[in-house]
Amino acid sequence: MTPALLVARRDLGAYLHGFGGYVIVAAVLFVTGLLFQTRGLGGGALYSHEVLETFFENSGGLVMISGILFTMRSLAEERQLGTDVLLETSPISEVQVVVGKWLAAMLVMGGMLALTAYMPALIFVNGKVSLAHIGVGYLGLLLLASATTAIGIAASSLFRTQLPAGILAGVAVVTLLLGWLLADLTEPPFSEILAYGAYWDKHYTEFMTGRLHLRSVVYYLTLTFAFLLGATKVLEGRRWR
Amino acid sequence: MIEVQGLTRYYGAFAALEDVSFRVERGSIVGLLGRNGAGKSTTLKILAGLIPPSSGTVRVDGVDIVAEPQQIRSRIGYLPEDPPLYEDMRVRDFVAHIGRLKGMSAEQVAARLPQVLATAQLHGREDQVIGTLSHGYRKRVGIAQAIIHDPRLVILDEPISGLDPVQIAEMRKVIRQLADGRAVLISSHNLPEVEQTCDWLLVLKAGRLVARGTEAEIAEQSQRVRLKVEVRGTADALRAVLDATPDLADIALVHTGEGLAAAQLVATTDAAREALARALVDAGLGLRQFAGTRLEDMFLGATADEEEA
Repeated sequence: MTPALLVARRDLGAYLHGFGGYVIVAAVLFVTGLLFQTRGLGGGALYSHEVLETFFENSGGLVMISGILFTMRSLAEERQLGTDVLLETSPISEVQVVVGKWLAAMLVMGGMLALTAYMPALIFVNGKVSLAHIGVGYLGLLLLASATTAIGIAASSLFRTQLPAGILAGVAVVTLLLGWLLADLTEPPFSEILAYGAYWDKHYTEFMTGRLHLRSVVYYLTLTFAFLLGATKVLEGRRWR
Repeated sequence: MIEVQGLTRYYGAFAALEDVSFRVERGSIVGLLGRNGAGKSTTLKILAGLIPPSSGTVRVDGVDIVAEPQQIRSRIGYLPEDPPLYEDMRVRDFVAHIGRLKGMSAEQVAARLPQVLATAQLHGREDQVIGTLSHGYRKRVGIAQAIIHDPRLVILDEPISGLDPVQIAEMRKVIRQLADGRAVLISSHNLPEVEQTCDWLLVLKAGRLVARGTEAEIAEQSQRVRLKVEVRGTADALRAVLDATPDLADIALVHTGEGLAAAQLVATTDAAREALARALVDAGLGLRQFAGTRLEDMFLGATADEEEA
């Protein structure tokens, strides 16, 4: 097992042994189900694909919130409890630590999203939507989770406690979400750059509607890479190499 | 074998450690002493691979910590004052996890784990969740994680702080076992404990190594000894003897009971101690106590500020 997987296994255990992880997952599932009932099934006369889009819209918002809640503790808590010494005195690299933390968060997020699958399944059985639409929507959710957890881990690397890390990650996500607003207020080429940077409006909405564009996949993967790299650099700066 | 040469560490313009050199052979338990701010923690952190030195070298079995910090980390075990533990994990799983992080294979960990748990005296606690352990057992888990990868050097920062007398006695046994085949470096404020546990000592003062050797060797280097004297006789008679004896300082007389007198003082030379003992007997005072804590004397002498000395 590689060091990154060891870190991931340890963090996954921490998520599963504590109450916090279960509370977040339960809250997300409850709210997703509630919104599915009220905005989707109970939202008036809607086509099946519109109900599915509503589901992905609701889930997207909850993925962003839960992604921050899951990851704001990851590195900050290690420093707060002094267990970062265990990592710093071990012959493992900062990249392996950061990737391990991210993998653990993604496994939890993936598991949580898997538990929401009964809702699209209901639409698929009782309505008329394609499996491709469902698959692309879930890919969008996973990519959104990937970028959000990376942002959370990067913020967590900067602080000794999880609350300021969570606040910073939230501010970063909201700033990216508002990219479309700034794009509307500026002229090309800045408006085009800002529009491309919009976290939700220009990218996630495409996955919601079942459209798969490579540029959106690249966008989320780039964000993931950039923020994980940032977290790695923060750890490298703190540790003697 | 651990070889430290010219170790220096600056924090900005402040020299936390200056030109410190020493050698520790396998099988030795070495005590690192010094007042707060003397440079003990900085020394330990450098040796543990947590911070780099500004200059100087540390070699563990010939491997330079500056040139190969990653490689050296698998040769060093470190227990900070507050044991770094994942409280939600079970003892066995935690120690095994640290072994894997240190680069051991699953098979190597499985083979070594029983011996490590036995050395750290964790029998019967292997499957207990760490968060439910007492302070003493948490320290032992900290030691187990520090030695799971069979390091050449084990660094223990205040290993007995917060332990009760029974736990201290048990921890002493654990520490003695650690020296089997490896060097052990202990930082502690508990002087009697260091006296009992360590083979020899390093004394730091303001970032510099001011004394090294066995307790007796260092005590010999330090002429300044704090004494407590109690006699059967009057305070005036005791005062007269003390005033007549040269090289005594900081004399404080205390009445300890009917017909008894006591004094605390500092003898600034070895000859003064002998002269005082002789003078008390010659004066016909019944000598009931003539004592100083040797290590404490040495520590106070070696780390005393110039103006105090």
